[in-house]
Amino acid sequence: MKKKTKLQSLINLLAPFLGLILVIAIFSSIPDVQSRFLRLANLKSVATQSVIVALGALGMTVIIISGGIDLSPASNIALSSVITAFAINAGISPLISLILGIAAGGFIGFINGGLITELRLVPFIITLGMMGIARGVAKWIAGNQKIDAPLTWVNELMAKSPRPAWLWLAPGVWLMIVLAVAMAIFLRYTVFGRHVFAIGSNEATARLCGVRTKRAKIIIYTLAGLFCGLSGVMEFSRLTVGDPTVAVGLELDIIAAVVIGGGSLSGGEGSILGSMIGVFIMSFLRNGCTMMGWPNYIQEIIIGIIIVAAVSLDQIRHRRAA
Amino acid sequence: MKSERPLEGGMRSDSPSKARPALEMGRITKHFGATCALDQVDFGLGKGEVHALLGENGAGKSTLVKIISGAIRPDQGEMHLDGRPYHPSDPLDGRRSGVSMIYQELNLAPHLTVEENIMLGKEVHQAGFLRRREVRKKVKETLDFLHHPEIALDVPIRRLSVGARRIVEISRAIIDRAKILVMDEPTSSLTREDTDRLFQVIRKLRDEGVSIIYISHFLEEVQAVADSYTVLRDGKNVGSGNMAKATLDDLIQLMVGQKIRDLFIRVEHQRGEALLSLTGLKGKTMQEPLSLELHRGEILGLAGLIGAGRTETLRTIFGLDALDKGSVEIIGKKSIKARPWSRIAQGMGLLSEDRQGEGLALSRSVMDNVTLSHFAPYRRFGFLSVNKRSKAVAGWIDSLKIKAQNPGQAVLSLSGGNQQKVALARLLHQEADILLLDEPTRGIDVMSKSQIYEWISRLAAQGKAVLFVSSYFPELLGVCDTIAVFYRGRLVDIRPARDWSDERLMAASTTGRA
Repeated sequence: MKKKTKLQSLINLLAPFLGLILVIAIFSSIPDVQSRFLRLANLKSVATQSVIVALGALGMTVIIISGGIDLSPASNIALSSVITAFAINAGISPLISLILGIAAGGFIGFINGGLITELRLVPFIITLGMMGIARGVAKWIAGNQKIDAPLTWVNELMAKSPRPAWLWLAPGVWLMIVLAVAMAIFLRYTVFGRHVFAIGSNEATARLCGVRTKRAKIIIYTLAGLFCGLSGVMEFSRLTVGDPTVAVGLELDIIAAVVIGGGSLSGGEGSILGSMIGVFIMSFLRNGCTMMGWPNYIQEIIIGIIIVAAVSLDQIRHRRAA
Repeated sequence: MKSERPLEGGMRSDSPSKARPALEMGRITKHFGATCALDQVDFGLGKGEVHALLGENGAGKSTLVKIISGAIRPDQGEMHLDGRPYHPSDPLDGRRSGVSMIYQELNLAPHLTVEENIMLGKEVHQAGFLRRREVRKKVKETLDFLHHPEIALDVPIRRLSVGARRIVEISRAIIDRAKILVMDEPTSSLTREDTDRLFQVIRKLRDEGVSIIYISHFLEEVQAVADSYTVLRDGKNVGSGNMAKATLDDLIQLMVGQKIRDLFIRVEHQRGEALLSLTGLKGKTMQEPLSLELHRGEILGLAGLIGAGRTETLRTIFGLDALDKGSVEIIGKKSIKARPWSRIAQGMGLLSEDRQGEGLALSRSVMDNVTLSHFAPYRRFGFLSVNKRSKAVAGWIDSLKIKAQNPGQAVLSLSGGNQQKVALARLLHQEADILLLDEPTRGIDVMSKSQIYEWISRLAAQGKAVLFVSSYFPELLGVCDTIAVFYRGRLVDIRPARDWSDERLMAASTTGRA
């Protein structure tokens, strides 16, 4: 009995990694791609490509654990990237522009959280509305075209070969890693983190026990908005222009990453580690498929299958455990 | 955060000074719109006293305790806690003043662990970071104090039994030295064994000086555990007193206002031929195979503790849980594998023990809920006739005395007893011949119970067969013709109801010996 639970907990610990290992193993075993796929340069580029979705997923994980959902990240990212570009273009210092971009994201999140708690509507509806609003505002600010901005150090955040070479990875990647660790600690070891899980598990109980659920939700959505803002800055850094039409549909990638990583849409479950693995599973898949020369639609089909398979495996695991 | 030890030492049992009441309420009045929920109610609670708050559904019990807990504010009247004016602004404020509430439905976060649930909302922290070591000691001490040291701190709540969950809730309520504990139907989902253990806990708390307000429909239990009582009827206090001096009949009479001559109204019925025969039936969720015969005009009670396998048996018969082996015969015809829809077509109906989760579509109307299992009479070219349906359902509302304004009213807005009548009306409406009733009277008022008993008896007189699962032995003895006892998944004994007594049912259910 005891042995079994030990084995089970080991499996539970490793389970999230299995998918990632499997994906890497499959591509590494294909002779055509093998050599290129496992090269360090390729791993670096996969990491860089993951930054934008990963930052969004950090916030989304918290939202999904709390039993909510956010459909506005992609629009939020576009808006933040446009605002950053607009500010730099207007001659504002890059640092202030970057902060403005992040703040814009936080503001969108704050409005989301405020409306969800004050109007008492489900997050799906509010953020669906915000998805349109933020996208529209982004296009409005940008005058319905791309905003070119002069190159500054902001554009080096996502450089594949970072300027001080000892950095080895792009500053954006380091930022992603640091924030992921910080969020994991935040969720696990703080009072607020525990309240997030409590709200997602049983909101009525949390309220009954004196958890300030409204305030908590506003903080959760604002936090997620800030991550989207940062993600938007990274998007601008990568593209060197502020593009209001960028990242369409990215919210679904973000949600998919969280769900593949064990997040439950009914709340109470999810982890930062899981979500990050979800992000990398999708990144490696895209990367591998591109190397194979498979067309885009094949990637889409595979990722679709992965989502359903990952979640059903997770379900089975839970049923066993229960 | 202080690191006080819970309860021990601070409160003493040597002077249960009932002279100074822990809580005094005077002339409490509360209106909801036009309806008067509480009308000039006086209520006093002694220190170290278990005080039963009785009354039918809608009598104002929950309004009163919500006012005590701070969830709602009275329109008029005053409250004193330990002699000081007490005006809680919200439940949190009430809790800080020492008033904790335990609700009928379990209020726990299923994904969080025992420790996390107990400390929810009052986590000990330093700059936002949890400090668990001291907390764990305190939680452990509280569970030890309640004589439940076997509950592990790191187990998620969803892995615990219902009884253990209750203990977790009580731990949460008392860990901060509650002065007053309000318990709303704490035993409605507990087995008799767990109930007895809960009563030990309640007595222990009382001896430590905690005052307890105890709400329950189980009057025998109330008599066993409470020192005094207050009965509410239609928002008025119609009687308070010492429990030892009140008889069961006194209490029932105060509650209903009129004399119920007999709680169990029996319509004469005759046992006919076999309608349902189970031979070696074993479902995936059942522990042991089962053979059983149910006849026309027979009410067969299934007694036992919760978890004894009765619900699983009903679910397997009805095709909700998968069948492993054995056979089901309906009116002599073998029908082994079946789905709920085909069982309904064969004349079977199931009333779920989980009224809110499974039994009813709460947000839908009475009409939708009653007709859901049998649309055929109202269907024409695939369209439903609203008119006909509404008329038919109005008839059922009438004959079952459901307190609903019209067939279109949402079930959500009905009281528990009326909701249950809607669930029963569905089975009557679909003209089921074999009725599988799983805890049909759980958590509902005496009047509704009595009416449901009468209906069950009337159905038997119409030649229908009823399987009646209940954990409340007096009703099985009062209603059934035959009673079978389950113990750990096995049918251990079956006899005519007159050969059973409360004690013998209890003995068989808890020991498995006939």
